[in-house]
Parts: sequence; structure tokens; C-alpha cells
Amino acid sequence: MLRLPELDFLSPSTIEEALQMLADDPSGTRVLAGGTDLVPNLKRRHQHARRLVSLGRLASLRGVSGDPAHGLRVGAMTTLRSILKNEVLEQHWPGLIAAVRSISSPVLQSMGTIGGNLCLDTRCTYYNQTEEWRSAIGYCMKEAGDTCWVAPSSSRCWAIAASDAAPLLCAIGARVRLASTRGERELAVEALLCDDGIAYLSKAPDEVLTDVLLPPAGTWKATYWKLRRRGSIDFPVLGVGTALRVGKNGVVEDVRIFLGAVASAPVRALAAESILQGHILDETTLVSAGKAAQEVATALDNTDFTMTWRRQMIPHYVAGTLRELADLPRVGLLGADGLEC
Amino acid sequence: MSRMRTDTFTVNGERREVAYPAHHTLLEVLREELALTGTKHGCDLGECGTCTVLVNGEPILACLAMAADMAGKSIETVEGLATGPVLHPLQRCFADMGAAQCGYCTPGMLMSAKALLAENAAPSEDEVRSALAGNLCRCTGYQQIVEAVRAAGSELKTQGCGAKGAASHG
Amino acid sequence: MAEVKKPGALIGTPFRRVDAVGKVTGRTLYADDLVFPRSVHMRLLRSNVPHAEIVSIDVSAARALEGVVGVLTGRDMPEPFGILPVSQDEHALCLDKVRFVGDPVAAVAALSEEVADAACKLIKVEYRALATIAGYDDAIDPDKDLIHAYGDDRNFHKKLSMRFGDLDAGFARADLVLEDTVFFEGNTHLPMEMHACTAVPEGDGRVAVHSSTQTPHYLHKALTKVLGIPASWIRVIATTNGGGFGGKTDPFNHEITAAKMALALGRPVRIALSREEVFMCHRGRHPTLMRIKTGFKKDGSIVAQHLKTLLDGGAYGSYGVASTYYTGALQCVTYKIPTYQFDGARVWTNKPPCGPKRGHGTPQPRFAQEIHLDKAALRLGLDPAEMRLQQLQPAGAVTANWLKIGSMGLGPCINAVVEGSRWKERRGKLGFGRGLGIACSSYLSGAGLPIYWNHMPHSGVQLKLDRSGGVAVFCGETECGQGSDSVLAACVADVLGIELSDIRLCVADTDLTPVDLGSYSSRVTLMMGNAALQAAERAKELISGPVAQELGVPAGRLVFADRRVFDSENPACGRSFAEAVVIAESKLGTLGTTGSYTPPRAPGRFRGAGVGPSPAYSYSACIVEVVVDPGTGLVHVPDVWIAHDVGRALNPVLTRGQVEGGIYMGLGEALMEESAFRRLPKKLSNALVHKFPNMLEYKSPTFLEMPRIHTTIVEDPDPNGPYGAKEVGQGPMLPVMPAVANAIFDAVGVRVDQVPIQPWMILKALAEKERGGAGRFGPAEFPAVDYGAALHVPTPEEGGDGKARNADEVGIKGGTMTETRKEIR
Repeated sequence: MLRLPELDFLSPSTIEEALQMLADDPSGTRVLAGGTDLVPNLKRRHQHARRLVSLGRLASLRGVSGDPAHGLRVGAMTTLRSILKNEVLEQHWPGLIAAVRSISSPVLQSMGTIGGNLCLDTRCTYYNQTEEWRSAIGYCMKEAGDTCWVAPSSSRCWAIAASDAAPLLCAIGARVRLASTRGERELAVEALLCDDGIAYLSKAPDEVLTDVLLPPAGTWKATYWKLRRRGSIDFPVLGVGTALRVGKNGVVEDVRIFLGAVASAPVRALAAESILQGHILDETTLVSAGKAAQEVATALDNTDFTMTWRRQMIPHYVAGTLRELADLPRVGLLGADGLEC
Repeated sequence: MSRMRTDTFTVNGERREVAYPAHHTLLEVLREELALTGTKHGCDLGECGTCTVLVNGEPILACLAMAADMAGKSIETVEGLATGPVLHPLQRCFADMGAAQCGYCTPGMLMSAKALLAENAAPSEDEVRSALAGNLCRCTGYQQIVEAVRAAGSELKTQGCGAKGAASHG
Repeated sequence: MAEVKKPGALIGTPFRRVDAVGKVTGRTLYADDLVFPRSVHMRLLRSNVPHAEIVSIDVSAARALEGVVGVLTGRDMPEPFGILPVSQDEHALCLDKVRFVGDPVAAVAALSEEVADAACKLIKVEYRALATIAGYDDAIDPDKDLIHAYGDDRNFHKKLSMRFGDLDAGFARADLVLEDTVFFEGNTHLPMEMHACTAVPEGDGRVAVHSSTQTPHYLHKALTKVLGIPASWIRVIATTNGGGFGGKTDPFNHEITAAKMALALGRPVRIALSREEVFMCHRGRHPTLMRIKTGFKKDGSIVAQHLKTLLDGGAYGSYGVASTYYTGALQCVTYKIPTYQFDGARVWTNKPPCGPKRGHGTPQPRFAQEIHLDKAALRLGLDPAEMRLQQLQPAGAVTANWLKIGSMGLGPCINAVVEGSRWKERRGKLGFGRGLGIACSSYLSGAGLPIYWNHMPHSGVQLKLDRSGGVAVFCGETECGQGSDSVLAACVADVLGIELSDIRLCVADTDLTPVDLGSYSSRVTLMMGNAALQAAERAKELISGPVAQELGVPAGRLVFADRRVFDSENPACGRSFAEAVVIAESKLGTLGTTGSYTPPRAPGRFRGAGVGPSPAYSYSACIVEVVVDPGTGLVHVPDVWIAHDVGRALNPVLTRGQVEGGIYMGLGEALMEESAFRRLPKKLSNALVHKFPNMLEYKSPTFLEMPRIHTTIVEDPDPNGPYGAKEVGQGPMLPVMPAVANAIFDAVGVRVDQVPIQPWMILKALAEKERGGAGRFGPAEFPAVDYGAALHVPTPEEGGDGKARNADEVGIKGGTMTETRKEIR
């Protein structure tokens, strides 16, 4: 059986206690939320911990609260399954529900948390492997090696952001609250995630992501489309989170498009957005926006499918989200999560 | 050697005090410390669904759950499905309708299916497929599993222990 | 033809399988569920380099680690082994070189698995690197290092060439000659259960190995050879397999090493492989490049076919020689092919060895042949279903390559799927993006020859009749999910007119049960079933005499049914089955019978004729509907119609389950499953690794990818099958991959001549077509391979006698399966 390394397990009953435990040994301690990412990573020895601090007993980090009109707060330890069952979220943020529903499979959704999905380690088929496998390639830059085998001459790591929630939360401008013994701070999800395969989070090791803060309901109409091989289990090989605000005259007042799984953090498709800003959202405009979105992606050979094809898919998926949000008829059979026939 | 913990686990309604290494997952505690080998494992990485058990009625993967996080919660495994010698309708339908071939994914399938029927005793074919989509099977092609889950649902319903009754066993 | 046995009360009904309750309650014990007192845990250190000589191994630090109780290296087990007598090329632990990443070099036993793991990391192995042979190009390159010191030609493990009939004359008669180059990517079994075993010392110098193996008998032989102790001291017990699909049919390093370790330590040794290690063990589908050339008449009839195959075998022989023959063996059992040439070759590469996976060697050429026929039908303006129907081999035919066909229900199969899918109204008329494709196939119901040459039965069954009315059934067969336990129990219960609950099975134990060769080549239902019927009929006869005497009726009038033995003319006159046993035992003493089965002798008498013959061939026809999104190349399969000629469905529920499971695996192979490898840039590294040896990235379809499956069971009883039954475990998978490819063509007008069919391949083919090209994605070239001089075998139609005309002239290097006959005897 592939097992975890020996470690200490701590289960604080207050957030203060948890933060103190992290402050005591920030480099050797990891925060355990649902465990669906951290546990396999520890088993394969590409993430390491002497101690785990479980947030499992911290009821205060669970649940959805607040007034939708002023912005809901989703506790970081809220499981994906309870988000899917939350009627307030369903009513005000169907796009978030779509993104969460696309995460892995039902069994993992009852373990995985929204905070955990945002802090997901970046992924790469040279990295998400056992110790034995990685020793056979002389390891890689992200863990114990020097070379990024995705691009051997590169000085950076190209592991990809694999969160489904992140592109959507970036698009709607959601924020997160981080806490440590040093105090609390708030920052945009966009600022939490860094385009670096190794330093992919701006969260310090002693900080705990405690809350996800949604903007006031009604500010955006948003959706998420995901490309993956199978209808379940799989991480995205492309995810598109799009948030749109259209004026009464049908003109795009504001739009934010983030692509997941094509870089080490969700990438904002600015060129696509500027094509849409101030224009009527018709088929021609959204097709050119889709094409423009392709330019920001650096799809590389480190996940399922070929990189060229994944890049080719970007216009289809970006255009798909825009058609859905603009209530335009679907072109082809492509839906939010694969073919819909 | 290993850092040990002692915790009380409630498995299939039975409270058991267990001394175990702190790094063990629920899978190891079930199979090794408690000798409940009905829960199988297919990947140890959360990729196949084979080790699905119910915790407080929700399906989770035992290979990813730290055992220490599960102390005090109500854990249900395949061994707890039958009532004495009487098979649970899911077990009976799986047995009679070809839903178990090699049988290795079966315990996990049964537990995912139980969680589904607790919420929805008359799931459509699509609902069964979606709810069980994290459980892989290499033998059946799934069709006989879908049929068995739906048949068990109707059986539970006619027995008058549908959604509500099934949940109360959790 | 011989008469087909009529079923009693049980056979043909949807009875609950005998292992069902154990499986749904969690009571069934798989190999990793067994715990023996004083067990220690073993782990293997595996090579992390693809190809190297072992300069030194230093295990001192591992031995010194607290908790370690034993360490073994290759020197402790120098005797080689392998599943085929001609390919004894493996060592339990590598002796002097490693041949792929994953090749085991040392073993550690410790008080815990964690300590064993830690100790493995302390072992220092010094390697001297050799050239990495990554694929065909490297293997064919004459300047590259050799992976093995034996084989037919440098890194060619096997080369063969066989010509049946006057091929040139055949092609000369053709109105249309088509040639295609086709590639079938490798893929793996991925059973849900990872291999595991425990070796337990027993008595004085004996050892019992409890293992998740499909072939306990062959494991027993390999253990005997490597351990160097009498076979009678070794006992192999195959635990219920949590899936096999061919992946547990080789004797494996970990099994042999565990046995050695247990003998050395005098205590039980357990090992459970990780999922990654299962990918390393592999022995799955060979990546196969094919060149197929066929001559057709205008009416679609075939006049000649020339098939060349090139298999990427990985690092060891495994079943590879048989696999290579199988890529050409079954091409002629579906359609009439009067002249046929087959050239096959297998190369070594530094990857996990390939071997038998569901369909063993035949899915690849079947794919080539069936997409080829689709193209021919189009060129000739024929309906692909109709064209196939016109070319069917008749029942009882002997093919050009000397295979004797029994019952042949492919016609009704084709008709069933054509009707079910409304093929005639819908094909070609579903609009751009939606299409239907058809393909057919056939498979063995067991190989006609055993893996090592002998004249003994392939399956044996022993019955012990108990005074209680219970019957204990002993047989070496191995349950791997296919339902063999249920077939065994049902055959005996059906004949003796008793209930399944009266049967006690004792199976797959080389000490206690008569040999059954194992769960491979779809042999168990037919061979074990026949052996079981013979044993049960003998038991019936044994009981009938004394009971007839007691009742005062002729023995021939006795009926065994409803747990009674009674006079058919006066049913009230009879005894319970238990009473009948008591009467017989009182008269005859302890009651027991045996039954066994040996396949009929095949008509081929040429070298290589040993691969392909079977007592009976199953047939399948499949129509797949696809939806292809031309914008993305994504494919969705909404419906599959499958009809399978199983001869006789012994249990319709279990039969359907095998069919649907075959469709499942076929769709996986058609659209997503592949054994892909990473060769790091040559300037920087020698590394060659499996791209994703895990269940997340090796894509096995979920519930959501599966279509509606419309199954028709066709029953054309075969005189050689028990109750007429033929195989169902492998055949229904074979037509799926070509049917998908053909359906994609019907949908969007492009051909993808390789599997898995990926969305970008479809897009590339569509783009090529738009530019005025052929609209095809697939391999461009077939490398120049010298297959050597062909063996010339006149066909039955030409009046041949089954022998080769030029056997003496053609020197065949290396071994075939059959030519080891002399050595072994």
C-alpha cells in the first residue's frame, strides 16, 4: 500500500490554536483541509510535512453566511458537496455551482473544500508521480531537481493551475481572507494565485485561508466551462471562467475572462475582454473574442491531450461561455462539460 | 518508531478504541487495525473510488481521509450493510442482477449507492451514473450496476423505508 | 455432428452467481486481505534506469536497518523463468542487467511495510548505462545495444512468415487491391485489484503461495524451476482475482521472491504491489504497427490477404511469441479468405513487457481488417454489413490457415445488430456529425494447445459425493470475475438435479485440485465445463445402478431433478438425492468421480500451427453510433448494438455482463486508453518512463462515458461446447474499436487508422480533407523488416494436407511454441 510518511497529526479546536501551531513550525507544518490534494502528494513524497494541522474541528470555517446583496462569505472549510447543496449559492451564483460541480467526482466532493481547491498544488505529469518514478527522470525543478522537463531550457517551472473554482472566482472578483498570528488580511483571489509553478500562492506558510468572499449578488452573470477527458474524476486541461455584465441596451458593460489549466495560475484574457467591452454581444464579436483569448495561453505538454489541441480548444470554450451568458444559441454540441447530445 | 495515537472510532455502529500510527489513513485503520477488509483499495491516491465508505452518511474515500480526522464520526463500511444474515436490498440486487463480477469495486459501489438512495430513492439512470461516477469498475460496463441500484431503490421504497429510512441507518 | 447436451433445470437460467454473497458483503478474501500470524512485509527495489548493466548492489545499509529481517538479490535466485518454454528470460530479481524502469533488483522483508520501503531506499545499486531502446526505430537500428542475448535477430525477439496457398494467383484475380498501414497503441488491463500474494512456509521445507493469479498451475511450474525444490513441496492457491483481463497470467517476480523469502525466513511473507508497480508488471496489449493488403472481387469477396505486423514487445518475452502468432492467427475465421500470408515480428524495447490482454494479439489485426473492409465496401459501392454477410465462413469449414470452425453464428449476429440499429434506414443518413459503423469478430474458446507441450488434459474436475447429499467439486480453475466458479457449480448441479447450495467448491489449489490450466484464452467455460459434465455424468451413472436396483426400475429410466432420483415413468417412485447417495455408497463404498477435457487435435501440421486452433470459435457483430463534434473533434458514443454468438448462454445475466464489460473495455481502447511513455531529450537523459502509471491519467471510462448497450445473445450451439457453450469473455470486445473508427467515418467522412482515436486526430484529418487531401490520420509508413523466407502451406481448398511444402528449406531461428516439443518431452 502506498502510505504516508510518518508525521504528527494535530487537530486544534480553535482557529487561534491552529494559527499558533503553524507559527511554531511554518516550514514543517501543513494545513490539512479535505486532504484530497495534500494526502496523495504526501504519499508520493512530492510535498512534505512533519506535522499536519487539521482544520476539521473548526466549525467556524464551515458554511455560507452573510447577505447576498452585500456579498456572501463561504468558509474555506465548506465542502464542495455542501456548496452544491446550498440554495442561496444556487440562486445567486449558478456559475460557481457549475464550477464546483465539475470538480473531480462525488466522492471527492464530499471531502474536498473550497479553500483547498483554491490552494491546490500546481500539477504536471513530470511532478505528480511517486518518488520512485521521479528518481527515474532525475526529478524536476518543482521538487528535488533542476530541470523543468516540460521546457528543459526554461528557468521556471511550468506546472499548471488545476483548480476549477479559481478561474470562476477570479472572474467574479472574489476575495479571500488569510489569517496568521500576525493578523488578518484580505486579497483578491487573482492576487492569491501566482503564475509560477513552484511559488503558486502568495499565501505565507503560516497563513490559513479562512474565508472566500463573494461580491454582491447581481454584480455579475458568470459561468464556467471545463475541458477534460472524462465526465468525472479528471482535473481540467482547460477551464474558462467568464463573468459578464450587460447593460439594458445590450452593450457589454464589463467582462472578465480567466483561463485555467493553461499556465501556473488562471490567466486573464485581456485581449478578448477588450474586444467585447462596449460592444453588443453577437456571434461575430464573441468568436473574435474567443480567438483573441488563445493568445495568452501557453499550453504545454504536461497534462492529458496534446498541447496544440488544448490551445485550439480555447476559442470554442471561451465563445461557449459567452453564448451561454448572452443566451445565444449553442453552436455545435459543445456544452459546459463536454459534448451534450 | 511510529508516532502512535489512540482514538475511538464508531464503525457500523460499534465503538472501538484503536491504537494506531498517526500517519495512517482511515483505510489502514479499517483494514489493518480493525481487520475490516471488506473495504478494498485500488490506487491509494483517491483516483478510483474503490475504498469508498460513508462518514456521517456521506461517501468519502478512506485512502485520503486521515484516520485521526475520523475519530468520533459515524463510519459505515460494507460490513455494516446487511442486518445479520439478511442482505440489504442493494446487496441483494447487486448479487442477483450481475452487478458484481470480480467484486473488487463492489463494496465501494455499494456505499456510494447507499448514499445516493438515502437522498433519492428513485434515481433516474442519469442520476445513478452521476452519483457513482467517481467509482471505477473494469468488469461490468456499469449497466448492470445502474439497474441494480435502481431496483434496490424501488425495493426500499416499497418496503416503506425509502430515502428517510435508509438515511436513518447511517 | 455430435449431439449437443440439453440443459436441466439450472443451465440457461439467471441463477445468482455462487460467489455473489461473499462479494457484496465484503466477506470474499482477496490476496491482500489475507493475514497470517508472524507475517512480514516485503517490498521490491525496482530499477530506475531503463537499460543498464548492474555493476554492484550494496544492501548492507538495508540489512542494518532496525526491523529488516531479510534481503534478497538476483544471486539468490539465478535460475531464469518465463511463461513460455521458449522465453525463459526473466529472473525473479535481476542478475546482471536491468531492462526497464521497474525491473526488480532487490527485495527486503521487514516487520512493517514502511520499514521495508525505507530499507529499499538504502540499497545502493551501481549501474553502467546501455543505450535506451525506446521503440521500433531504436529496436531496428543495428548499432544499438542488445536487450537480450537471444532472439531471432539482434533486438528482434521473433520473426515469422507463413504463406497459405497461392497468394500471387489470389491477388491476380482481384478487381480491387487495397493497402493500409494501421497502428494500434498499447494499453493495459488495469484490474481494480492490485497484485498481491503471501507465501507461507508449510511443514518441512514446503511453501504455499496464496496469490492473485489467473494461472496457478503455471506459477507452480515457475516456482518449481526457480526455487529448485520438488514441485510437490510447493502449493499455489489462487485467491479470488479482483479482475485479471490477462494481467495476472504470467508468473511474476514478486510471487517467486516472496516464496524464496518465506523459505529463507521460515515465516509468512506478504507483498502487495502499488498501482504503479502493476503498470510496471503490465504484460498488456502490444503496440502493433500493421500493413494489410487485401484483394477483393467486385462483389466484395476476398481473394487474397497479406498481413504484416510489428509488435513492440517491451523488455521480456512473456507470451510474446504466442502474441506474435496471434496477430495473424484469426484473420480467416470470420470471412472466406482463400489465400493468405502472414508476416509477424516482435521487437524488444526497454519498457514493461507486453503480453496477453483481453483478445490477446487479435484486437490489433482485427481492427486493421475491419476498417480495411469498410473502405473496400465504400470503394465497391457495397453495404458494409451486406458485404460481410456474403463472405461468411460456413460452419464446419477449415480455413486457409488450417483452423477448424465449429458452429458459426455470425450471420444472425450481423442481422440482429443491423435490425436493432435500423442500419439500413439510418447509415449515411444521420447528417454530418453523426454516424454508424459496423465490425465483426471472432475469438477462441480456449487454445487448442497448452503452453508447454504435453498430452495431459487441459482441465480436470473431481467430485466427492457426500452422504449428506452435498457434492464437493474440486477443480484448478480460477475465478477472476468472469463467473467460472458459477459455471463449475452449475454444470454439476444441473446434471445431478441438485441445488447450487448443495455444491461445495474447492478450486485453484495446486495441492488439492486437479489441474486446470488457468483463466486465459477464454478457455474455462468450454474446457472446465466439459470436464465437469463428464465428472457429473459419471457420478450420475455411479448412483444410478444401485438406486435402480433398489427401486426395481431400469437405470436408464432414472431422472435426477429437484434433489431427487426417480423413475421418469412414475415420478413418485424415487429417493431423495441424499438417500440415493447413501444407497450407492452402501453398495460401492466411498463415492467419487473425475472428469477431464482435452481439446480435439487441430488439422494444421506446420510449424506455427499451434497458435489459433480452438475447440470452438465465438462470433460477434457490433454497430456503434457516434456523435462527432467537427469543431473540437470530441466523440460521444450514445448507443452500441452488439450481438454475440455464445453457443449457449449458461446464465443469461452473467453472459450479458461479459458482453457489456467487453464493450466497456473496447470503448476505452478505442477512444482513450493508452500505455504512453516519456523518452526524455536524448542529449540530457537516458530516461524512458511510463507517462502516467496511475488511475487518474490512464483513462478508464467512468459511468458517464458508457453508452446504452443493446445486447443480443445468439445461441448457435457448438458440438464441442458444454451444452453447446462457447466463449464470451473476450470476443465481444474485439469489434468495438473498428466499429468506432468506421462510425467516425460515417459521421464526418474522415478515417483515423489508429487507436486510441483522439480528438486532435479527427481535427487533423478534417483539416487535411478540407485542403483537398485524403482526410486520413494514421501511420504513413511501415518500416522495412526482413521477415525471412515464408513457410509455404497449401490450403485445404488446394488439397493440402496441413503440412508445409518447404519445411526443410525454411530455417526458422529461435523458437515457436510447438518446436519445443522435443526438448520438453
